[in-house]
Amino acid sequence: MLLSIQGLQKSFGELAVLKDIDLDVGKGKVVTIMGPSGSGKTTLLRCLNGLEIPNQGYYQFHDGFTLDFNQKLSKKEMLQLRRKSGMVFQSYNLFPHKTALENVIEGPVIVQKKDKQSAISHAKQLLSKVGLEDKMDLYPHQLSGGQQQRVGIARALAIEPELMLFDEPTSALDPELIGDVLGVIKDLANEGWTMVVVTHEVSFAKHVSDHVIFMDGGYIVEQGNPKDVLEQPQEPRTKQFLKRILPEV
Amino acid sequence: MKMFLVSNLLFTVTNGSGNWDLIVRALWPMVEGAIKYTIPLALVSFLIGLMIALLTAVMRLSSVAIVRAPAVFYVSAIRGTPLLVQLFIVFYGLPSIGLTIDPLPSAVIAFSLNVGAYASEVIRASISSIPKGQWEAGYTVGMTYGTTLRRIILPQATRVSIPPLSNTFISLVKDTSLASLILVTELFRKAQEIAANTFDFLLLYTEAAVLYWIICFLLSIVQEIIERRLERYIAK
Repeated sequence: MLLSIQGLQKSFGELAVLKDIDLDVGKGKVVTIMGPSGSGKTTLLRCLNGLEIPNQGYYQFHDGFTLDFNQKLSKKEMLQLRRKSGMVFQSYNLFPHKTALENVIEGPVIVQKKDKQSAISHAKQLLSKVGLEDKMDLYPHQLSGGQQQRVGIARALAIEPELMLFDEPTSALDPELIGDVLGVIKDLANEGWTMVVVTHEVSFAKHVSDHVIFMDGGYIVEQGNPKDVLEQPQEPRTKQFLKRILPEV
Repeated sequence: MKMFLVSNLLFTVTNGSGNWDLIVRALWPMVEGAIKYTIPLALVSFLIGLMIALLTAVMRLSSVAIVRAPAVFYVSAIRGTPLLVQLFIVFYGLPSIGLTIDPLPSAVIAFSLNVGAYASEVIRASISSIPKGQWEAGYTVGMTYGTTLRRIILPQATRVSIPPLSNTFISLVKDTSLASLILVTELFRKAQEIAANTFDFLLLYTEAAVLYWIICFLLSIVQEIIERRLERYIAK
């Protein structure tokens, strides 16, 4: 296991969004999280890298790093958690005042203090990998949504995280651009990256992921291998949800 | 009525070589006052004020109440009192507690504190206008709060704050005329001194007004150049 989570709870004021989540993310595995909006899936993803701080719960990483959210954690521990993962946002969140290349080298050069020249050559490799070798010097506003999202993926990869997190990476894209981005994520899966992906793309979940989690009302309602969960769901809420997003089934 | 005043003024200005001579003779002392005092006073006060403003803005955005409180108090006190009163407290007031400060440093202190309060509100609003996703993107590449503020948020907030900060600066340039009341021999003080001898108040004060206008006009051109340079990454 790369990461084991036990008893994760998160509420915003009175509103309990995550109620007792246990989750294991295997090294080199792709976990997809599905579920209706408001089910807590994005909050779960954001808890994984500390963008939201859980109220309760216990994280154990394979390298022995542990976090117990029942106690108050220091800023240093939160920073350590954050630096274990790279995040790809639904709305890209590229730095608009930096070119594609500058977006990608920002983490390695400024945070990890890597040598600028080697960071640039690594960034160029990553941008070629996502198919943007000829767009490196353009600013985000000069790129399409799909291109921006691929820069976002390269930026997250550049810090060489142990875990890649994707928060509905294709939800803001025009239909014809979704394929490019999903293709890149699929390549990463084949390269052995450990990933947690929140998505509504059923066929992506079915063909790329090793493990599917279905959430509703702050709980994991059902989980297992993608074929079982997506083709023969056991829980009525899973069936109902899949019926709604796959009208032809 | 207005037409009458304008033609009267034009008449005064053009009426004989005596008036024209006075304008020309008064020009250098006033320009000298501007170069030696008005412009340096405005520039130095603005730069110090900006540093105070940045610190104040960051304090006001803190989630810790005891960090916010002094900043809130400072902004409220400065914005709630007249600049002239602030200037008089520093120059005429402080000597009674044994703190005598020369006219020019007094003016710099008062103007810096004043600009600091107003500009801090501009900077705070500019920082708040940057989407939350930019902070999160900074955090997810591993940055701390401070690094994200410096590398990601402030460069974007700067662009947003140029037009309102230019307003603040242009106001400051005009407000430096108040320093004439604490004996700083800046542009307007020179006009007053000459007028006191010649009694040509309309002529000399109008000349001073025109000089302020020219300075502010040049500043608005500088503002435009800066804005255009910072706009390169914005979709047109």
